[in-house]
Amino acid sequence: MGASVLTTATRSPAAPVEESRGSRFTGWAANYVDERTSISGLVKELGRKIFPDHWSFMLGEVALYSFVVILLSGTFLTFFFQASMTSVIYDGSYAPLKGIEMSNAMQSTLDISFDIRGGLLMRQIHHWAALLFIASIGLHMLRIYFTGAFRKPREINWVVGFILFILAMAEGFTGYSLPDDLLSGNGLRIIDGLIKGIPIVGTWISYLLFGSQFPGTDIVPRLFTLHILLLPAILVAALGIHLVLLVINKHTQFAGPGKTNNNVVGVPIMPTFAAKAGGFFFIIFGVIALIASLFTINPIWTYGPYDPSPVSAGTQPDWYIGFADGALRLVPPHLEWLWGPYTFSLNIFLPVVVLGLFIVVVMFYPFLEAWVTGDKREHHIADRPRNAPTRTAIGAAGVTFYAVLWGAASSDLIATHFLISIEGVITTLQILLIVGPIIAYFVTKRICIGLMKKDREIALHGYESGRIVRLPGGEYIEVHEQLDPYERWRLISFEDYQPLMVRPNAKGEITVAQRVRAGLSNWFFEDRIAPVSRTELAAAHGDAHGALEGDAGAHGAIGH
Amino acid sequence: MAKNSSSPVKSRAAGRRSPLASVALIVIGLMSTGGAYALFTSSATADSSVVKTQVVEEGAKLYAANCATCHGLNLEGSGTGPSLLGVGAAATQFQVGTGRMPLAASGPQAPQKPAQFTDAQVNALAAFVASKAPGPAAPTAAQLTASNDPAKGAELFRINCAMCHNVAGAGGALTEGKYAPSLSGVSAKYVWDAMVSGPQNMPVFNDNNISPEDKANIITYLKYLDKTPSVGGYDLGNLGPVSEGLFIWIFGLGTVVGITIWLTAKSN
Amino acid sequence: MAQHDDGVTDGSPVDDHTAAGSSLEKAMPHDSGIAVLTDDLMENPGFPPHRPRQTDLDPKKDKRAEKQVTFLFYLSIVGSIFAVAAYVAFPIVPGDMESVRTNNLLLGLGIALGMLGIGLGAVHWAKQLMSDIELVEERHGTRGTDATRAKAVEIFALGNKESGFTRRGLIRNSLIGALVLTPIPAVVLFRDLAPAADPIPLLQHTVWKKGTRLTRDPSGTPIKASDVTIGSAFHVIPEGLNELDDKLEEKAKAAVLLMRLKPEDLHVTAGRETWNYDGIVAYSKICTHVGCPVALYEQQTHHLLCPCHQSQFDITHEAAVIFGPANRPLPQLPITIDSEGYLVARSDFHEPVGPSFWERQF
Repeated sequence: MGASVLTTATRSPAAPVEESRGSRFTGWAANYVDERTSISGLVKELGRKIFPDHWSFMLGEVALYSFVVILLSGTFLTFFFQASMTSVIYDGSYAPLKGIEMSNAMQSTLDISFDIRGGLLMRQIHHWAALLFIASIGLHMLRIYFTGAFRKPREINWVVGFILFILAMAEGFTGYSLPDDLLSGNGLRIIDGLIKGIPIVGTWISYLLFGSQFPGTDIVPRLFTLHILLLPAILVAALGIHLVLLVINKHTQFAGPGKTNNNVVGVPIMPTFAAKAGGFFFIIFGVIALIASLFTINPIWTYGPYDPSPVSAGTQPDWYIGFADGALRLVPPHLEWLWGPYTFSLNIFLPVVVLGLFIVVVMFYPFLEAWVTGDKREHHIADRPRNAPTRTAIGAAGVTFYAVLWGAASSDLIATHFLISIEGVITTLQILLIVGPIIAYFVTKRICIGLMKKDREIALHGYESGRIVRLPGGEYIEVHEQLDPYERWRLISFEDYQPLMVRPNAKGEITVAQRVRAGLSNWFFEDRIAPVSRTELAAAHGDAHGALEGDAGAHGAIGH
Repeated sequence: MAKNSSSPVKSRAAGRRSPLASVALIVIGLMSTGGAYALFTSSATADSSVVKTQVVEEGAKLYAANCATCHGLNLEGSGTGPSLLGVGAAATQFQVGTGRMPLAASGPQAPQKPAQFTDAQVNALAAFVASKAPGPAAPTAAQLTASNDPAKGAELFRINCAMCHNVAGAGGALTEGKYAPSLSGVSAKYVWDAMVSGPQNMPVFNDNNISPEDKANIITYLKYLDKTPSVGGYDLGNLGPVSEGLFIWIFGLGTVVGITIWLTAKSN
Repeated sequence: MAQHDDGVTDGSPVDDHTAAGSSLEKAMPHDSGIAVLTDDLMENPGFPPHRPRQTDLDPKKDKRAEKQVTFLFYLSIVGSIFAVAAYVAFPIVPGDMESVRTNNLLLGLGIALGMLGIGLGAVHWAKQLMSDIELVEERHGTRGTDATRAKAVEIFALGNKESGFTRRGLIRNSLIGALVLTPIPAVVLFRDLAPAADPIPLLQHTVWKKGTRLTRDPSGTPIKASDVTIGSAFHVIPEGLNELDDKLEEKAKAAVLLMRLKPEDLHVTAGRETWNYDGIVAYSKICTHVGCPVALYEQQTHHLLCPCHQSQFDITHEAAVIFGPANRPLPQLPITIDSEGYLVARSDFHEPVGPSFWERQF
């Protein structure tokens, strides 16, 4: 394609031989644009860029497209929403709130819901899309983590993506607080309490944030500015970097026949991937619109306006803040001390610190693993999770930790729905928070190693066919069906690492860092299972070697 | 909520019904024996004072047969049941009318279940209990509709009730396995009864705390919630962000992942 | 073998595969760390043969897929028109929630159909009718070529030389110092996010004072001791709160829960004997954990439960924490009655209400 499109008709199978009016117009328009933008260079560069096909590679796109939906629906909402905490008497069309004093923010949100056609739909699209946005980011990150797609050269993009995740949560929380309803007001009150619990500066940060004592009349307009101006601006900028780095690094791909660390195999952007990805945007938009037309979200009219006295049973934040709320619930009692005249509230500060550490560990994990392996090569083949057992097990432990905190945020609903006592739920979750990740780690690691062993067995000896054959000597054997070379390649193509041997450096010393690194690498790779080698396969079935070589032809071995 | 919360007819939670099966049998038995009483009371409408005495007598018989074991022959209570002196007609109507009493099994709190007595029998029991010692009376039809300001009711509901029963009346957790039941579909009279009598761990909201008109307003609001459809679509149990979060992860993201698999699968 | 099938598309950015096979390695002669490198590896078997689709083989299937795609696009048009029609035909009748629901449902379904029609159609088109032959693109090391990097270094060196950034240390250091200081005014600017008053005295006091009547929330009507029967729970605000300008801020500190227990159930510590009135006790409703209203009163167990983080307080033991993350008991409001029998506060709370803060004991 490229430049040829500018002067001649677009080539499509159905295009007539002579130039139609349409194609003449296309040519003219393309020429017009290119002479002013030199866009042909971009088309040439990117038009046939290859994008590998795998369902899990689409998760980031889900996030991207829900973000576009959020921008569109959010813009509509700003036309009607009034970010003001000025007190008004509601006189809209919802009978159970008529005559009730509330803030302008709440009233305008009610008006959007009940008096503007499509307003409720836009609110629900906005909110559902926000939930989907953050959920899909979460799933996207899990995919990146478990396939090791954060390895060189993508560590920076992992960090950028992680910042996007934090920004998305911040966007979510600021948006959730805007209607100034009872639920979000109590959420803000919890934030206020949380901030006040920070040693030394907490009281003042809360005072400055709320512009007075809680709740004040400033928090909604301030959060609104953050929600529609500063946070989206940073988010879009980070998103831009994220996508540019994606183009520069090219997408990872799973191991497969013909796929190497040196190539990208897949469909070109023009036209197949563009059609799929473009269509996918409309599908995501459609799915969100479908959910928003069928399912209520955040019915602020039942919550009522914010008032510091009432509270609802089952007061919870949106799902993505749940882990923080759960952490607050699981803290054991009496973790508060006086240091002279100062009050140190570890019951509040501990969750802040633990969650902060958790976030930092997740954010810097790629650098940790890179340091342990010492591997400075670029990696473009995504791991199957089982082939990196320790990483996968660490991930499973982290997911369990997060999930327990998340579950704790709905401890009261768990109690009522399963008819157990709330104290029992909380105590169980407190124990699970410590024990759960450990169990998850070992179970996952065993499963991974088991799967690797099974893969190895299958690669060497084939599948059990279930066919029993009697040999001339009277011996019975089960016939194993051999894999074809393509299938086998999927099973045996992965990186192998061994624990680091501690050696003295040039000065004849063994440094502490060296020891730590050796210890960590031992932890990572002591149970390693090596990929099937040529010799092993040849030994397993003498004549297979030649057949395997057959198709390999001009392809180089995988990049080592 | 899968709690025994809605009206007796709508009671769900099949898994927990097994202990109630025996109760159902007892109900059938009682219905057949109690039918005579019901017939009798419905036909007696003539002289009010005579009727009242008769009703109290029936109540006494029902009480002796069904309640005295735990609450004592003279309502004085026993080790297994509290004294009923002074609980009034409201408490009796609530506990028996919603099937909480007689208790099927001991637990953190008496669950709602299909009522074992007819309305007439419940009234008879209530009249009997009220005759022994004064207590909060059951509401009259006029009291229940004395006022109908849903906004006032909603505001009072948020301040006095929502912390346990949830702003949408979906119910919520209390300590040690107890819970505040869902209020959706609960009859107006039982809501009133509960407010004035404070069943189990619910505090009492006497007429000096929430005036009779405001009680009617609260009931108006609850009825408004019952009859107004969830405006934005299915309400996902009115459980707030938790159900929304679960929905988006399981169904929202589930659908989307299904689509990505279709989208990237090789076609035949 | 740029293409693993004969359906080579011209213009695909595929370099000579064999030559470029090790281009990445060449570009990054990097340490492989503790990776196990061996020559005994299996070889990549190369691409499996391309399997044609039904639409590639059967013109009828191709035609059918084309019709399906067209149908989906038409469906989208129907959806969009339906959405507009629903917008007009199902307006919102003020006060009629059913009409809002209908409007939301039909408008949403129309838009969803409009979107899904295009989306599903485009994907179906791509999957069935566009080429499904996979192409190969070479990767190149992410780092720039040595020449480029050398040029970049040269540019920086030149910049340094021409500006004297390294050489003129005085200039550089004073610039760094100036830059470090520039954000300071911004920090100062944030001071006026809140009024001048010190927040700590504000957090230590509420509007309760000696003689303030306890009134019902939200009406503000005073409460007689005789109104509060055993087992009752009243949600209380101080008299006159509704007239205050900073009503919500004061309410956020002054909200109180009033309960009556049997006097013999109360375990009163020394110094608090006069704080209850005949078994009527008043406690701050603001949780000492992070400030949710602790309003779930169980009249039989006399426990208070916070619905946000499940802290539990025992009213019989002066709201001592018996479960959950909170540390301190809820502050008690000393109460008595005035000459007319109305409940009044004896004083403000004797300690700051609500969540802990650093300067709480000041």
